[in-house]
Amino acid sequence: MAQDGIGARVARKEDKRFITGKGRYVDDMRVAGMKHVAFVRSPYAHAKVGGINSEQARNMPGVLAVLTGSELVADGIGNLICGWMVHSKDGTPMNMGAWPALAPEVVRFVGQAVAMVIAETRAEARDAADVVAVEWEELPAITDPAKALGEGVPQLHPEAKGNLIYDWEIGDKAAADKALSEAAHVTRMEIVNNRLVPNAMEPRAALAQYDAAEDHFTLWTTSQNPHVARLVLSAFYNVAPEHKLRVIAPDVGGGFGSKIFIYPEEVACLWAARKTGLAVKWTGDRSEAFLTDAHGRDHVTVAEMAFDANNRITAFKIDTIANFGAYMSLFSSSVPTYLYATLLSGQYDIPTIHCNVRGVYTNTAPVDAYRGAGRPEATYVVERMMETAARELGVAPPELRRTNFIREFPHQTPVIMNYDAGDYEASLSAALSASDYAGFGERKAEAARRGKLRGIGLSCYIEACGIAPSQAVGSLGAGVGLWESAEVRVNPVGTIEVLTGSHSHGQGHETTFAQLVAERLGVPIDNVSIVHGDTDKVQFGMGTYGSRSGAVGMSAISKAIDKVEAKAKKLAAHLLEAAEGDIEIADGEVRVAGTDKKLGWHEVCLAAYTAHNLPEGMEPGLKEGSFYDPANFTFPAGAYVCEVEVDPDTGHTEIIQFVAADDFGRIINPMIVEGQVHGGIAQGVGQAILEGCIYDPESGQLITASYNDYAMPRAHDLPSFKVSTTETICPSNPIGMKGCGEAGAIGTPPAVINAITDAIDNNDLSMPATPEKVWRALRAGATAMRQAAE
Amino acid sequence: MYSLTYKRADSVEEARRLFQEASDAAYLAGGHTLLPTMKQRLAAHDVLVDLTRIGSMKGISVEGDRVRIGGGMTHAEVAGSSEVQRAIPSLAALAGSIGDAQVRHRGTLGGSIANDDPAADYPAAALALAATIMTDSREIAADDFFTALYETALEESEIVTGVSFAIPETAGYAKFRNPASRYPMAGVFVARHRDGSVRVAVTGAGNEGVFRWQAAESALAGDFSANALEGLSVDPDLMMGDIHGSAEYRANLVAVMARRALANLGSAEAII
Ligand SMILES: Cc1cc2nc3c(=O)[nH]c(=O)nc-3n(C[C@H](O)[C@H](O)[C@H](O)COP(=O)(O)OP(=O)(O)OC[C@H]3O[C@@H](n4cnc5c(N)ncnc54)[C@H](O)[C@@H]3O)c2cc1C
Repeated sequence: MAQDGIGARVARKEDKRFITGKGRYVDDMRVAGMKHVAFVRSPYAHAKVGGINSEQARNMPGVLAVLTGSELVADGIGNLICGWMVHSKDGTPMNMGAWPALAPEVVRFVGQAVAMVIAETRAEARDAADVVAVEWEELPAITDPAKALGEGVPQLHPEAKGNLIYDWEIGDKAAADKALSEAAHVTRMEIVNNRLVPNAMEPRAALAQYDAAEDHFTLWTTSQNPHVARLVLSAFYNVAPEHKLRVIAPDVGGGFGSKIFIYPEEVACLWAARKTGLAVKWTGDRSEAFLTDAHGRDHVTVAEMAFDANNRITAFKIDTIANFGAYMSLFSSSVPTYLYATLLSGQYDIPTIHCNVRGVYTNTAPVDAYRGAGRPEATYVVERMMETAARELGVAPPELRRTNFIREFPHQTPVIMNYDAGDYEASLSAALSASDYAGFGERKAEAARRGKLRGIGLSCYIEACGIAPSQAVGSLGAGVGLWESAEVRVNPVGTIEVLTGSHSHGQGHETTFAQLVAERLGVPIDNVSIVHGDTDKVQFGMGTYGSRSGAVGMSAISKAIDKVEAKAKKLAAHLLEAAEGDIEIADGEVRVAGTDKKLGWHEVCLAAYTAHNLPEGMEPGLKEGSFYDPANFTFPAGAYVCEVEVDPDTGHTEIIQFVAADDFGRIINPMIVEGQVHGGIAQGVGQAILEGCIYDPESGQLITASYNDYAMPRAHDLPSFKVSTTETICPSNPIGMKGCGEAGAIGTPPAVINAITDAIDNNDLSMPATPEKVWRALRAGATAMRQAAE
Repeated sequence: MYSLTYKRADSVEEARRLFQEASDAAYLAGGHTLLPTMKQRLAAHDVLVDLTRIGSMKGISVEGDRVRIGGGMTHAEVAGSSEVQRAIPSLAALAGSIGDAQVRHRGTLGGSIANDDPAADYPAAALALAATIMTDSREIAADDFFTALYETALEESEIVTGVSFAIPETAGYAKFRNPASRYPMAGVFVARHRDGSVRVAVTGAGNEGVFRWQAAESALAGDFSANALEGLSVDPDLMMGDIHGSAEYRANLVAVMARRALANLGSAEAII
C-alpha cells in the first residue's frame, strides 16, 4: 500500500479550510455591482393569485425592480420538469402539473414564490417584498396523501385527476396473492414513513450574472450536480444556451439530496440577471429552507408477507401511497418506484414480490430524494416486517433472517435488481457479537431493577448505490445517463490535477480521490489536487448523490489513470531502453522491475512535455480522460443492532448502544467511512425518534417550520457508535467499492423502532417515536394485556 | 430584521430615559428571545436599549435568608456562582440546565423573568422560592408578578434590576425537555422553607403559564417526599397541548417531575 493510498486513515485535506472558516460558499461570492433578491412567497397552501400590485414596493429605498410570474412566463421561461418518466400500470404516462418558477396564477404550497424584489441590500429587498400586495383568493387545501387520492377533495392540477400522478406496479400480483392465500403464516402491517425536512447546514443560495457583451451567463449555486443544472437550465428552462452558461457550485455545506434539484430561485435569478442587466444574489434563510427545500420520505404502506411452515418467505406484497407534494421535483418520480420497490427483496431470497405505488399531489412542499431516497423507505418496510414476523412466529429475529438470507451470488430478485456480491451472514454475525446480543437478557433484567424497560432491535439492510448502467436506467425512464467522467492532468513537474464530474459537499472527495491517485501513481497526496464543481473546468459530469461518487466517479478516475499509466510506462520504457511490460510505477519512481534502472516520476512527466525524445508516434503531454458507465448498481449491505431503555413514567427513549456492521466493499479511507456512517446513523435516529414534518391538515401551514418545533438529533441524543466493516469486493467496478454515504440513514430507523417496540412490548408504534407516543403505546399495551387477562 | 437604532445604557436611569424617548423601544439583555423574534420579523422596534453594561444589574449577594441576584446576570454566571451553589444548589443547577452553553452565556435572569415564557425555567424557581422581583421603581412578589402567558406586572418601561430568592431548607427541580426546543415541557420546582411552608411551582405545562400546584403543596406539608404525591395529579384541562405533548401527557409529566424533584433534592434533573 502506498503511504497515503487506498485503505489509509488520512485526515481530510479539505478540513483545514472548513475548520478555519475559509470555505468559500455561494453567499461568500461577491461580484461587482451585485444586488440582492428577496422572494414574495405564498402565505397560503392553495390560492389563486389575483393582481400583484408592486407600486409601493418599487418606491421603497434601494429597490431596483419587482418581477412577477406572468412576466417570467411571457419571456418564455420553461416550467420546471421531472426528469424521469414513470408510466402507470395501464401504460399511461405520469400526470405532471405545470410548475412555473414564479407562479402567475395559482400557488399550491405555503412558501411558493410569486414575485421577486431586487434591491441594493438584502434588508431593503426584504422590506420591499413585505409590501408587495398580492390579491390572494384562498382555495381549500389537502395535505394527507391517503385522503388526497380521489375526487371529492381539493384538486391540485387539471392534469392529474383525483390528484393521482401515477398508479405503478412491479412484480407478479397474481402469484403474490396465491402465495398469500396458501401461506402457513401471514404477517400484515400498516407502515408510515414519516416526512422529513433535509436541513443541510448551508441554506440554498444562487448568484446570477449576465455579461451582455458576450451574451454569457454565470450562475454560482448550491448544487450537488452543476452540470446537470446547466443541462436542465438550458435544455428545458430556456434561460441560457448551454455553451453560454457557466455553472459553479463552490464549497457546498451539505445537501443530503436536497441540492440535486434545480429550484425556482435559480431559474428566476438567471432570468432576472438578463432582464435587468444586474448581477443578483439570493441567499435563503432557514425558514425558506423549511418551506421550500424538497422534503423526503412521506409514504403510507400496507405490507403482507407470506411464510411457509419452515418460516421461509414465499411472497411479499406491498401497497404504497407516496406523497409528492405540490409539484413533481426533478427526480421525484423515481424515488418511490425504481429506488424503492426494487429493494423490497432486502437480503432475502423471496420468490414472489408485488408492489403497487400510487403517487399523489398534496398542498405541501415538493418531495424528492433525501439521504437514501427510496431505500430507507424499503428497508423500513422489510425490516419492520421481519422483526414483527419473528415475534409472531416465535422465532429469534436473527434466526428468521438467517433462514431467508440469500447465500449465492449473483442473485436475481423478482424486482429487477441483480445482487452481484455479499455475505449477509458475515455482517449479521459481526453485529450480533459486537452488541453481545446473546447477553441481552441479563441487561434487560438489570435495567428492570432500575425501573427501566430495555429493548433490542435488529435491522439487516441492503441498498443500491451508483445507480446504473445508463442503458438500463434509460429503459426505465431516466432522462439522463448515469455514468461519470474524469480527467487526469499530469503537470510537467509530476504534480497531478484530477477533474471530476462528482461534486463534494461534505463527502471528502479531495482526500479520497487523491488517495486513489497516490496509490496508483506513487505520488504523495499533497501533490494531487481535485477539481470539481465548475462547468468551465470539468467538461461534464453527473454529480454526487446515491453514494455514487466512489463507485462511479472514482472508477472513472481509475480508468483515466489506466491510460496515464500506460502512456507513462511506454515513455519510460523508451527512455530506459526496456520493455514496456517490465516498467513499474511506485514511490515516486518509474523503474525497470528487478534492476536498478529507474527515473523519477517527475522526470518522466517532464520528458512527456519537453517532447525531446518521445517514442515514435507518441503525442506530447500527459493527460487522459475517461467516461465510465458501470455494469451494475453496487449493493452495500449490513446489520445494525440498537439497544434502548425506555422510561415507563415518561416514555422517553434513551439509545444505550448502537452497533453497525457494514459491507461497503473495498474501503479507501476508514475514517471518512466512519464519519459517513456516524452521520447516517444520527439522521436515522433523527427519523426514528425525533424528526417529523407536520402540516396543518386544514390550512396546509407548515407547523414544524423552525428548530423550535422540528426536532433535530444532537450529540446528546446519541451513544458512541460501535461501527465495523466486513468486506466483499464489488465485482462491478474496477476498485471493488460499493458506497457508504447513505447506509446509516437506511439501516437505522427499523433497528431503533424494533428496539423500542421490543422494550415496551407493543408493536403499534410509528415514527417519530416521540416520548408521548411511546408513553401511549405503553399504556395501550398494558390495557390490552389487562383486557386479555380478564 | 427591520432597521433600528441600537443604544447602550450605562445606568438604569439612562436606560429608562432612552426607552421613553423612543416611540417603540425594547430593552435588550441577552437577546436570546428578542433577537430571533425580530429576525423573523415577528417584532419590530425602532430602538433597542442595551442593558448588559449596567453595573448595578450585576452581582450576587447572600443577605440573611435571601440570595439576591442581579437582573443582568447570565445563566452561566448564576450556575457557576459558589454563593448560589452553597445557598440554593438546586437554583444553580436549574440555571446550569437552561438551553445550551451559548444560551447560558448570553441569556439573563432579568430577561427570562421579564419575558415570562410559559416554558422558561426561572419562573418556576421564582414562585417556589418565594422570590421578590426588584425593579428600578419597586419590589413585586413573584406570586403577583407572572400574570399571563408572556405577561407580567411590569409597567411598560420598567426594568427588572434583580431577583431576591428565599433560601429554603431544601429544594429540588426536575424537568422534561421538549425534544425540539429543549425548553421544559414540564418543569417542577419543589421547596420546603424554613418556616415549614412548602411551595411547588410548575412551568412549561400550564395553559396559563407558570403556576403553583396547591394540592401538591398541601400533600407535601406533612410528608415532604415523593410518597406523599402518590395518586395526585393535575387537571389536564388546565394544561397546554401541542404537537410535542398533549395536555393529558403534560399532566402526567407534571406528576412524574414533581416526584423526581423530590427524589433529587439539592439538584436539578433534566430528561432528554
Ligand atoms: C436556543 C435557545 C434555547 C433556550 N432554552 C431555554 C431553556 O431551556 N429554558 C429557559 O428558561 N430559557 C431558554 N432560553 C431563553 C434564554 O435562556 C433567555 O432566558 C431568554 O432568551 C431571555 O433572556 P435574555 O437575556 O436573552 O432576554 P432578551 O431576549 O434580551 O429579552 C427578552 C425580553 O425581555 C425584555 N427584557 C430583557 N431584560 C429585561 C430587564 N432586565 N427588565 C425588563 N425587561 C427586560 C426584553 O425587552 C424582551 O422583551 C433559550 C433561548 C434560546 C435561544
